[in-house]
Amino acid sequence: MTATAAPGDAGINAAPDTVDTTRPAGRAESALRRVVRRYLKHRMAVVGLVVFVLLILMAIFAPLIAPMSPYKIFPEYDAAPGAGHILGTDSTGRDVLSRLIYASRVSLTVGVGAVLVYVIIGVTLGLLAGYYGRWVDQIVMRITDMFMSFPYFMLILVLVSVIGPSLLNITAVIGFMAWPPVARLVRGQVLTIKESDYVRAGVSLGYQAPRILFRHILPNTLSPIVVNATFGVAQAIILESGLSFLGLGVRPPAASWGNMLTQAQSITVLADQWWMWVPPGLMILIAVLAINFVGDGLRDALEARQG
Amino acid sequence: MIPYIIRRILIGIPVLWGVTVINFVIINLAPGSPADLYLTPTSTPNQVAMMRHQLGLDQPIWVRYVKWLGQLVHGDLGYSLQNRIPVTQLLGERILPTLTLMGASLVVAYAVAIPFGIFVARRRNTAADYGVVGLSFLGISVPHFFLGLVMIYVFAVKLGWFPTGNIMTLGGPGGLVDRVEHLVLPTLVLATAISANMVRYVRSSMIDVLGADYIRTARAKGLGDIMITNKHALRNALTPIVTVIGVDLSVLLGGAIVTEQIFQWQGIGLLTIQAIQGRDYSVLMGINLIAALGVFVANLLTDIAYGVVDPRVKYS
Repeated sequence: MTATAAPGDAGINAAPDTVDTTRPAGRAESALRRVVRRYLKHRMAVVGLVVFVLLILMAIFAPLIAPMSPYKIFPEYDAAPGAGHILGTDSTGRDVLSRLIYASRVSLTVGVGAVLVYVIIGVTLGLLAGYYGRWVDQIVMRITDMFMSFPYFMLILVLVSVIGPSLLNITAVIGFMAWPPVARLVRGQVLTIKESDYVRAGVSLGYQAPRILFRHILPNTLSPIVVNATFGVAQAIILESGLSFLGLGVRPPAASWGNMLTQAQSITVLADQWWMWVPPGLMILIAVLAINFVGDGLRDALEARQG
Repeated sequence: MIPYIIRRILIGIPVLWGVTVINFVIINLAPGSPADLYLTPTSTPNQVAMMRHQLGLDQPIWVRYVKWLGQLVHGDLGYSLQNRIPVTQLLGERILPTLTLMGASLVVAYAVAIPFGIFVARRRNTAADYGVVGLSFLGISVPHFFLGLVMIYVFAVKLGWFPTGNIMTLGGPGGLVDRVEHLVLPTLVLATAISANMVRYVRSSMIDVLGADYIRTARAKGLGDIMITNKHALRNALTPIVTVIGVDLSVLLGGAIVTEQIFQWQGIGLLTIQAIQGRDYSVLMGINLIAALGVFVANLLTDIAYGVVDPRVKYS
């Protein structure tokens, strides 16, 4: 450790391993521990992570937590919150709280599922384009341009309406449409890393392309991908709720926070029956906010600047 | 700069052509056919075949694509099956309200984000900074439709300050005041996400610039804070922000669809939803193409603006 840099000097000597003073002197710290310690310093990121874990638990144990079935129709519809139904019933007579709890499954499935799909596509295409360059790069990048010239939400909307709205379909469509930024990110990283000594060493040792790509290059592009994927989960949850709200996502009787809000397009529900639309709206907000804070914390901790 | 623009347009042509192919293929994957709209359960198979022939649906897909592309280059986007008028006419009617809404939202978003971003960049790690950054997280995390419903509830239903939706009072005399009153809430909804995103860009960009050597030189010369911020830092800080405007357009369009639906704003977004519900494919293809062209032009303008704001950028 050399002299401590003043914050203003960051531009001059912006090596990724910035000097920090909080760390006990004389003991080497593993990369993982440093990341964890930096993450824990970001208070909102810690809160976000706790909330996110709670949401996952809620989704997994929904049948145990929910007071009743989310599909059961009770004779008392439009009932205000009370002893029987903690958050009242909806216009059909279903228990709002139970639907709220079950809906977390939809949001998390779409969020995580879509991100897995697009990260796999984006990473593969980005690695290929960056490593092989020339015509492979040209083709991949032109396809990327094409996908990026479409207004994203509009294309998803049209695709979902064409292949039919369902949980599986919207996960696939969001995943299939969202890969271009990841492909660009990975390509850019590969172009930089390709010139580094350790990759040149690998090439001169005669390693095959897949080994160099997956063992030497990919691990070094992970930080920005992880950060991008985290924000991606939040984005996918917002998208799913928007599609379901418009009636083009998960459809009733299955419960999604987005489709629960559809009822509020009726002015009576909006004005007089807050319990039908405020709780699902807040749940989306809380989930997305929590994941965005986790992403922000990871970005700081991993020092990954999004390009 | 002119050769650069020409080259960009030439690169853009195959991209836009690819867009037409993707567009056509997706739409033709759709189950059901537009012919269904003209038929009743009592139609005979013969009538079905006649209808399909009339609409050209009995030809192979590539023949239909070439025919459609031929019409497209002549500016013919076909007929809307729902509204029974040419798609170009329909888009013409609906595009102005959407552009008004998006334009107003951009202006409001930047008018809020740029001053706030600069303000907190100079007061890093103070309560004001944390407040603005926290609010920006809230702004990017709230879905448009929920924010829209909350705004309608608070400002239209409870307080009665603004109307709940539509472009103008139906059957009323209209007029500028009436239209502006209808514009306020949807604009605020759309501006929130853009502004929340932008304020963070302005802030971090300004922080970077304020740490640069030439700012230190300016300080050493004894220049005041206001002079440094406005004359030396601002222009340099705004350069990266220009790129974000191009990216924002796509986000803005997506947001406009949902916002128009909630406020029943008679623009392209509402038309998209109606076209999806009515399986009005020629309208959907028209909207997609116009939107793709819009994104393309916006990106080109962004790159040109980049050079205008920052003379160091060289076009090659």
